[in-house]
Amino acid sequence: MSGSQTISRIPFEQALDAFEPVLGLETHVELGTASKMFCGCPTEFGGAPNTQVCPVCLGLPGSLPVVNAMAVESTIRMGLALHCDIASWCRFARKNYFYPDMPKDYQISQYDEPLCFDGYLDVVVATDDGPREFRVEIERVHMEEDTGKLTHTGGDTGRIHGADYSLVDYNRAGIPLIEIVTKPIVGAGALAPMVARAYVTELRDLMRSLGVSDVRMDQGSLRCDVNVSLAPAGEPWGTRSETKNVNSLRSVERAVRFEIERQAAVLSGGERVVQETRHFHEDTGETTPGRSKEHAEDYRYFPEPDLVPVAPSEAWIEELRATLPEVPSARRARLRDEWGISDLEMQTLVNAEALELVAATINAGVDQGAARKWWTGEFTRIANEQGVALEDLAVTPAHIARVEALIADGSLTDKLARSVFEGVLAGEGDVDEVISARGLVVVGDDSTLMAAIEQALADQPDVAEKIRGGKVQAAGAIVGAVMKATKGQADAAKVRTLLLAHLGVEE
Amino acid sequence: MAAITRAEVEHLARLARLELTEGEIDHYAEQLSAIVDAVTRVSEVAAEDIPPTSHPIPVTNTFRPDVARPGVDREEIAAAAPAWEDDRFRVPRILGES
Amino acid sequence: MAPVMDSDLVRQSAATLAAAMQAGEVTSVQVTEACLARIDTVDDKVHAFLHIDREAALATAADIDRRRAAGADLGPLAGVPLALKDVFTMRGVPTTCGSRILEGWLPPYDSTVVERLRKADVVILGKTNMDEFAMGSSTEHSAYGPTRNPWDLDRIPGGSGGGSSASLAAFEAPLAMGTDTGGSIRQPAAVTGTVGVKPTYGGVSRYGLVALASSLDQAGPCARTVLDAALLHQAIAGHDPRDSTSIDAPVPDVVAAARAGDVRGMRIGLVRELGGEGYQQGVRQRFDEAVSVLTDLGAEVVEVSCPHFEYALGAYYLILPAEASSNLARFDGMRYGLRAGDHEDASVEEVMSRTREAGFGAEVKRRIMLGTYSLSSGYYDAYYGQAQKVRTLIARDFTAAFEQVDVLISPTTPTTAFKLGEKLDDPLAMYLNDIATIPVNLAGNCAMSVPVGLSPDDGLPVGLQIMAPALGDDRLYRVGSALESALVDRWGHILSEEVPSL
Repeated sequence: MSGSQTISRIPFEQALDAFEPVLGLETHVELGTASKMFCGCPTEFGGAPNTQVCPVCLGLPGSLPVVNAMAVESTIRMGLALHCDIASWCRFARKNYFYPDMPKDYQISQYDEPLCFDGYLDVVVATDDGPREFRVEIERVHMEEDTGKLTHTGGDTGRIHGADYSLVDYNRAGIPLIEIVTKPIVGAGALAPMVARAYVTELRDLMRSLGVSDVRMDQGSLRCDVNVSLAPAGEPWGTRSETKNVNSLRSVERAVRFEIERQAAVLSGGERVVQETRHFHEDTGETTPGRSKEHAEDYRYFPEPDLVPVAPSEAWIEELRATLPEVPSARRARLRDEWGISDLEMQTLVNAEALELVAATINAGVDQGAARKWWTGEFTRIANEQGVALEDLAVTPAHIARVEALIADGSLTDKLARSVFEGVLAGEGDVDEVISARGLVVVGDDSTLMAAIEQALADQPDVAEKIRGGKVQAAGAIVGAVMKATKGQADAAKVRTLLLAHLGVEE
Repeated sequence: MAAITRAEVEHLARLARLELTEGEIDHYAEQLSAIVDAVTRVSEVAAEDIPPTSHPIPVTNTFRPDVARPGVDREEIAAAAPAWEDDRFRVPRILGES
Repeated sequence: MAPVMDSDLVRQSAATLAAAMQAGEVTSVQVTEACLARIDTVDDKVHAFLHIDREAALATAADIDRRRAAGADLGPLAGVPLALKDVFTMRGVPTTCGSRILEGWLPPYDSTVVERLRKADVVILGKTNMDEFAMGSSTEHSAYGPTRNPWDLDRIPGGSGGGSSASLAAFEAPLAMGTDTGGSIRQPAAVTGTVGVKPTYGGVSRYGLVALASSLDQAGPCARTVLDAALLHQAIAGHDPRDSTSIDAPVPDVVAAARAGDVRGMRIGLVRELGGEGYQQGVRQRFDEAVSVLTDLGAEVVEVSCPHFEYALGAYYLILPAEASSNLARFDGMRYGLRAGDHEDASVEEVMSRTREAGFGAEVKRRIMLGTYSLSSGYYDAYYGQAQKVRTLIARDFTAAFEQVDVLISPTTPTTAFKLGEKLDDPLAMYLNDIATIPVNLAGNCAMSVPVGLSPDDGLPVGLQIMAPALGDDRLYRVGSALESALVDRWGHILSEEVPSL
């Protein structure tokens, strides 16, 4: 739980009047390779503990690492997509420190010779004055291996403080991890939190389009550490803090915002910002100090003697460059034009994390308006209610295509369609199975409808009078009664048409 | 004399996770000083433009294909573990006060 | 060929035993039993072995005999027993590396060397004693007590592979495996009158070889004759995809070279900087005599200078401890081996520190701290970084030398076997034992030690070191074999035959 004392903050706008923020973002991408970085153990998520381990990833005495070719390939592609230079010759290095989640008590990483360096990623942030573009410069993209997973037992929150002991599962140890470090992001001012979020979002989409990783922040295949420092305008950069445990795009934005407010309060109070690692709390949106380190770490980096240098040839790099997919921003512009929608409508899709789902639905044959309507309307509402991601809902583009086809041929109304989706989401089966089980058939045959209409008119004679008298909108009451009588399965539009015709009234 | 001090030995012992006795600290300070003196003769060699050797034999680009194969039997791993609970290695509490 | 008696069996070479088994004159079980009996008789005094894998060895031998009887075509070392340095992992067999921190550890996997030995149908008798984690030149740093030199039980058998060399000299096994990081195969070979080879770096897989210094370590064959060493070398060498530093090229034909043993027309370089200044008188004498033999055999011997060799010791004792400090970090009591000090309230930091304090011996702790120092921030450039540059210069010295000559030679060690306890209090004095052997490890090329006689001043074995370019391992065997033949002709037997009875 967050600390019991309240942390001082200065409101955001006020903080930005006095100070300018400088940001740094470090993201780790867990690659979706079939095997680990340095051994052939499987990488599937969720395996039984310590069943996806071997002498190499357990660091047993005598074991030796061997580099996964696909990991190198993916890293080069990531670097190229980020407009980086690719090293013609580079090595791995050992980062030496002791921690129980590290089987060798050193991590094989890259130090002063990253595989990719000096790139950039352009991001767009929406402002009151329209979209603004920022170029985030990339310092480096390098390869390393992931650690095991620690579970802390005892204590009250499962976090380290107060635990009696810990349990380690090394299934994750050795999975390829690619670290992407930005150069300091300067000049974003009040847009800093949004620039940070936009960068991570764009990076994520880029990685997805490359097919190198799932990049799910909620599953740990995309991790982000946020570095923030403040200084009065024109003065040298301030001391930065590093915030970890930032597990969603929204948290990226919130963490940056909070740190700006917090550091502003510290500096305004005449104190100095402590260089430390902080922990972000999802529930409060605050950061608290992490483990204080008594002694500075000295990682004693040296070139990894068990591995030989990686020297990608020009030919190989060009081969990989040819495999780069369309950049997400270019793709979005193309789809926007193809679908004939506006920038704002496209942005809505992106913000709702619905773009891929909508594209897939359109590919399944659904009209773009209907596809957008379902995903950003009904399903976004349901996803928010259930507290899940849109893509985790049980409904698929194929379901939507089927429903839309049934609406088109009159077998379903929009209202019935919602009931169908309700059934699909509840796991009752596919579209046709739900329709059958729930009896969601449009009541459309004229005689049944006329019978219901006549019954409703008989029940509400005064309404009949009103309609005949010209108050056409009163027809709604009759239509409503018919809908009720048919358990919502009547085609409301048809009922209305029949009713008015029956009464001899024009629309 | 390079003179490795007590304080330096304590620092090295901490970095290397060695809980030395008081006597050992003094003893090693003396021995390490003598050894460091001897080995730092290497600094007499003018080597600014010489590239360092990290690998004696010039091999590059040794890779393996991205193919998964089963891991090692968990029973054998568990049998060798100093402490094991719930299918995992049990380790003492992290962040204790030293 | 006349059948051999039990007491003679243990004194035979591996090549002779293999031929006898092939001819049906003796079985592998008989040979193995003879070695085991010899071990039972003498190992109380010698203490070459830490673990004897009796049942498994006999079962393996029996299986080999069965297959041979059924007509299977077996390799040139099939059925021959071997002593394995306790630094190689062997599934289900205790592997201690001479340390308390791994007491009782049973690896869940075989090293590549063991896999290849099994494939060659070699019978592994057990694990031999060594300086803890291969750090030492006398085997006195073993946590399980020293091994004694069969030539004089009050003296060291060399190190770190003293157990392997002693097992050969005591006729407990005809073959042994060692590892060489700074001379740990060659120096024990020299002081026990046996043959030891450090192959070209990358020539033999390091997978399953518990690492000391990754860029220097190499596994190699130990035997009483040059041909035996060649046969073993052939069986274990070759590319291994599990070792990224292993060389993907054919193994030089060391067996053919050993059989040829002809040095006519070869140019042999005497390294001036390893010329024996300050070396024991008797060592120099036997060395000079061996040089004459080589000349008589038709080789041309010239003096060659390798000026940076005088910095080799310094570079070595900066590089090795640095890599070792990192390689040994994994021994922290969390996953295997010793765990100490895990009381009620202990933190993981405390348990790690107590475990390592209790589990490591003094030499290991010394080198870990030295290595930590040489890598630490502020010191890297001057120490580790500088040492790696000196390493380049030493490699260049070798390259230049090998443009003039085919092989280089020197005495293997400055002295014969010293007494147990003599150098224990002076680490630097101990390090000086490796002065002639270290340069080859730094450069990554190959070298061999062959026995050239007993020192006239103390009657103890003297070794001559032959050094060849990387991937020129066959040259070692060519020269070694020629020298051995000439000396055996002169003596009437191999040097090992002169060892006092135990």
